Amino acid sequence: MKRTGVFTCHCGINIAGTVDVKRVAKELSDHTGVVHSEDYVYMCSDPGQNLIIEAIKEKRLDSVIIACCSPTLHETTFRNATKSAGINEFQCEIANIREQCSWVHKDMDKATEKAIKLTKSAVEKVRRNESLDPISVPVTRRALVIGGGIAGIQSALDLANSGFEVILVERSPSIGGHMIQLSETFPTLDCSQCILTPKMVEVSKHPKVKLMTYSEVQEISGYVGNFKVKILKKPTYVDPGKCTLCDECTKVCPVVVPNEFDIGLTGRRAIYIPFPQAIPATYTLDIKSCPGLLPIACGKCADVCEPDAIDFDMKPETVEEEVGAIIVATGYDLYDKELMAEYGYGKYTDVLDGLQFERLLSASGPTMGKILRPSDHKEPKEVVFIQCVGSRDPELHCAYCSKICCMYTAKHAMLYKHHVHDGQAYIFYIDIRSGGKDYEEFVQRAVEEDGVLYLRGKVAKIFEDKGKIKVWGVDTLTGKDIEVDADMVVLALATRPSKGAEELARKLKIAMDKDGFLSEAHPKLRPVESITAGMFLAGAAQAPKDIPEAVAQASGAAAKAIAILSQERLFHAPTVAKVNVNLCTGCGMCVDVCPYDALSLKDGKVEVNEVLCEGCGTCSATCLRAAIQVKNLTPLQVHEMIRASLGG
Amino acid sequence: MMAEEFEPKIVAFLCKWCSSAGSDLAGVSRMEYPSNVLPITVMCSGSVSPLYILSAFNRGADGVLVSGCHPGDCHYIKGNYYARRRIALINKLLEYIGLEPQRFQMSWVSAAEGTKYTQIIKDFVKELKPLGPQTKLRKDL
Repeated sequence: MKRTGVFTCHCGINIAGTVDVKRVAKELSDHTGVVHSEDYVYMCSDPGQNLIIEAIKEKRLDSVIIACCSPTLHETTFRNATKSAGINEFQCEIANIREQCSWVHKDMDKATEKAIKLTKSAVEKVRRNESLDPISVPVTRRALVIGGGIAGIQSALDLANSGFEVILVERSPSIGGHMIQLSETFPTLDCSQCILTPKMVEVSKHPKVKLMTYSEVQEISGYVGNFKVKILKKPTYVDPGKCTLCDECTKVCPVVVPNEFDIGLTGRRAIYIPFPQAIPATYTLDIKSCPGLLPIACGKCADVCEPDAIDFDMKPETVEEEVGAIIVATGYDLYDKELMAEYGYGKYTDVLDGLQFERLLSASGPTMGKILRPSDHKEPKEVVFIQCVGSRDPELHCAYCSKICCMYTAKHAMLYKHHVHDGQAYIFYIDIRSGGKDYEEFVQRAVEEDGVLYLRGKVAKIFEDKGKIKVWGVDTLTGKDIEVDADMVVLALATRPSKGAEELARKLKIAMDKDGFLSEAHPKLRPVESITAGMFLAGAAQAPKDIPEAVAQASGAAAKAIAILSQERLFHAPTVAKVNVNLCTGCGMCVDVCPYDALSLKDGKVEVNEVLCEGCGTCSATCLRAAIQVKNLTPLQVHEMIRASLGG
Repeated sequence: MMAEEFEPKIVAFLCKWCSSAGSDLAGVSRMEYPSNVLPITVMCSGSVSPLYILSAFNRGADGVLVSGCHPGDCHYIKGNYYARRRIALINKLLEYIGLEPQRFQMSWVSAAEGTKYTQIIKDFVKELKPLGPQTKLRKDL
């Protein structure tokens, strides 16, 4: 028989105000196996912990129950105290009589009755607890960063500069993400490419970084500290070692498709380099657009390639890597234009999205920084910018605020005025959200210095009429109808999680929120961690964010990853599944349901990989013979807890 | 003299990551609900064996609640899907035995849903009161 001690906390009046703690201590002292029971005003205080330590030593206790607040708060405190008194930390359990009792009930008698039952239930559990030692596992001291935008680049650089090897995987032919497409950035009007390219160069030349572009994560297995990753390297059909960037291939390529980098404002060939500063600086043959790899189908590019860099026989390659931590920085995409048909996007050539307008503004863009209408290459004199297109629209589109649009729209209107001095910029908005350092001042500057006209209201209709785009709306501040004969309309489309992020999240087994953004482990206290240990989130993959926020989160995620990678060994909770081989018939039902592939059949019996097992207990609920049980929460323990809870 | 009002005893199996955290939040927010519920925190709703539910009824519970993370949000990836399938079967079994269907419930309560947890307990107690004590599966009767 175990010798259990029970310690009931008053928590000032937080518990003692509703629960008669003296009575709890008294009743528990009569419970089977309890050899010591006392109460104290604050068990978590130093004197409180000392009471426990002394009682363990004096009364030779081998297990303790602390009846106090939720185990999420002080379980560690009390387990450490128990350990310091010389008994195993898993011989300490918490009875939650505050959050689940004193704080939710008013009737003292009833609350006290319940607190007694909860404490007795915990005693019944701890009486059957095994002493356990944490399972120690080694750490693979390298990291994987998924996504080569600004967030991924920043995380990779922070990790590499701390001395850890990093694999940076990007699915498109070049790193840079959306930031490389932008013209200037708010609120300073820094040239986006000018501030990003140094980081792109640094990450690509860093001796600790292995850059894998045109590659995708295919499969992930393992656990924190020891992940195994399969990465698919898609063939580019061009050997970057031989390619001299002479550009002869694109001159002969007969295929023209929309250029992703300019969001369809220009075309590109089937063989192409995404943009001049692309990293790696090499051409990619887009097999989906190419008429065929057989020389008989076309083969013109290979014919003109003097260094013989084009290799039609290149095959997809799967690379296996081992890493200890993973950072997911898959970024965002704009809301599907097909879903925004009411604003004429995709129907009228001069209705653009924010990224297309960035390309028009960009010095390296299709118009070399001149604002020209795509339809007739004339300078637009009246431009309407519409905010919240798809955002803040719970009925039809996205309920959330895309956060960055107020600022970039102000920037668009301002830069438009810098290019077209006699033009007029109108902005339709719902609210202006300009929280951020120097952001409000920036919006004011657009209004005061550049004469941008802000109109509070939604646009009802957009249609083409005699070469103009008619925009009908209402100014809700004056109540007047507004009609603008615009030359160009720019839509601030909602920010969505990047396409493919959902599939990746499923592979990684990390959760998504209702909008498809990756879920952080705690909205306030664990904003860069995913719920899966060892996987971290950075950038707009988690929620819409601007560049400084994405960079800050990326550095935060890198710091969290470093905290894992800098350990010699990691420890894993030992409350894992255990098989009674005498009862196991090898039916394999538990093997099928295990979410972690921690179970396998060997010689007709189930075996537990303790390192993979997370102790969820799905196996034990599935087993017909109670042959597999989770340590310290066995069916017997649960049955005894049920009995104690019901006062039997 | 009026007989004392019947107070049903409820055993609630709460998963550690969502529902137990949700019930903690109800406490932190000082919401109030009847004290009839005795929570037992398990790692995952998927670990709740049918035997636990029968055992609770057997030992005199008037109602049993199993509460887990919302479908798709399971901390253990898919444990709550197994729970859902298992619970559907237990419902059939209990129906076959002749137990009132209101006595056994499953709910999805996230760590952010203290209000929802409070409401579930309030409603459950309200539904159980008119049924009187559960005698069908009780051992001592």
